Amino acid sequence: MKIYYKATYTYKLYKMLEAEIRDFVSTLGEIMTYGIEVLKGLKNFNTSFKEIIYQCSRFGVSSLPITLSIVGMTSIIIAMQVAGEMVKQGGGNFVGMLMAILTVREEGAIMAGFAIISMIGSSLASEIATMKVTEQIDAIKVLKVNPVQYLFTPRIIAGTVMMPMVVIVASLFGILGGAVASNVTSGLTYKAYFDSVWFGLSMRDLNVSILKSISFGFAISLISCSCGMGAKDGAKGVGIATTKAVVWSFVAIVILDLIFAAVYFY
Amino acid sequence: MSIEVKNLVKAFDKKTIIDNLSFKVDDGKILSIIGFSGSGKSTVLKLISGLLEKDSGEIITTGGDIAMVFQYSALFDSLNVFDNISFALQERKELRKKYTRKDLERIVAEKLELVGLSGIEDKYPSELSGGMQKRVSFARAIVTEPKIILYDEPTAGLDPISSTLIEDYIVRLKHETNAASIVVTHQMSTIRRTSDSVLMLYNGRAVFEGTPDELCEEKTDYTKQFVNASLDGPMKMK
Repeated sequence: MKIYYKATYTYKLYKMLEAEIRDFVSTLGEIMTYGIEVLKGLKNFNTSFKEIIYQCSRFGVSSLPITLSIVGMTSIIIAMQVAGEMVKQGGGNFVGMLMAILTVREEGAIMAGFAIISMIGSSLASEIATMKVTEQIDAIKVLKVNPVQYLFTPRIIAGTVMMPMVVIVASLFGILGGAVASNVTSGLTYKAYFDSVWFGLSMRDLNVSILKSISFGFAISLISCSCGMGAKDGAKGVGIATTKAVVWSFVAIVILDLIFAAVYFY
Repeated sequence: MSIEVKNLVKAFDKKTIIDNLSFKVDDGKILSIIGFSGSGKSTVLKLISGLLEKDSGEIITTGGDIAMVFQYSALFDSLNVFDNISFALQERKELRKKYTRKDLERIVAEKLELVGLSGIEDKYPSELSGGMQKRVSFARAIVTEPKIILYDEPTAGLDPISSTLIEDYIVRLKHETNAASIVVTHQMSTIRRTSDSVLMLYNGRAVFEGTPDELCEEKTDYTKQFVNASLDGPMKMK
């Protein structure tokens, strides 16, 4: 008796999983290959300063309103829930400390990362993907210019340089938001809040936050550019590449965050 | 001779797209490659320009740059016309230091004049018509004085009058640059007005090679079917 195993759901599920795993491995390989190419290209640096400045302003300045809004509002939401309870339990003098540790160690970088992915990562991926499907990347190659160095290098430099700055500003904004929320909802004075901010923070926290944001900036821009470069098949391909860039960047920064937490705070 | 292709083979996923193809094009001559959609015409251009790796065979060129004009122009939409045309001169490391800003302005003005579009340096591709975009891409292609120019369906999507203008510029560029040119096209008017020779592909193989006049004589079943745009004949649409 012939068994038509290819018609079974198990077989279809297996094929689907196989395709997903193959796609995962090939995307990872592409990202790593492009990353190595960018790093190698830094030796023969050929990127115009004007382009780097333009990408920095796009990465840092354009994303600032949304980043500040997200980090600020998250801090306000947390402070609204925490400050009241702490004041009730007699721990009002430590609300500032708690908010500062939370924002500097974790919230500032990760929430800014999410905001940057949504706004800049998706834009980088769709821009490069559109260039790919409209043959602009092929045109760059025919003109004997390396598209990875021309397109990736300024964007990755901008991401790596600007992300820490965005995170510093966003963290400050988050701490300020926490102060306002604690004052409005629980009557905690600004003096009590800011006096305790430095209780729990150390220079190591600031250094780790900056290191973490540098790695986030590098990862987001590299992944977004790489996913864009892998686009195929017209408008649908641009959509798929953009989604892939956002998902991969989200996962990458959470994994990086986990690694930093394990190495520095475990 | 500027381009010689010998026994070229290219396959994608075990499907042969270019099958043992050979031809040559001399300096100052234009070869039109014609055939059904999917017959491998654009693949030949991508193999010659280095955008694709060949599986086997030889592509011999006499050196110098190879330029390509893409089907939908492929202008960089974030750059203005000046930056599009001078892109290679600004971004290629070996050329960047060779030209001052004044040199670039002069070269771009010369190339724009050659394609009849003087004074549009500050415009962006989205501000230009399809025909103008195509001519700007011609100017971008010839900025490095190439020895070989490849045109991928240069009149696709253009009205008949714009197509005629583009065909005239292809011939004009041939005279100005003395480059060996290959034009991939479906249009009989483009073949008649621009080509010195014609190569017809079917399933990646050459099924006709001759002059435009010989093509129009319809001596083989392939040429007869193509010239008459007939469904009946040896070439079957999939």
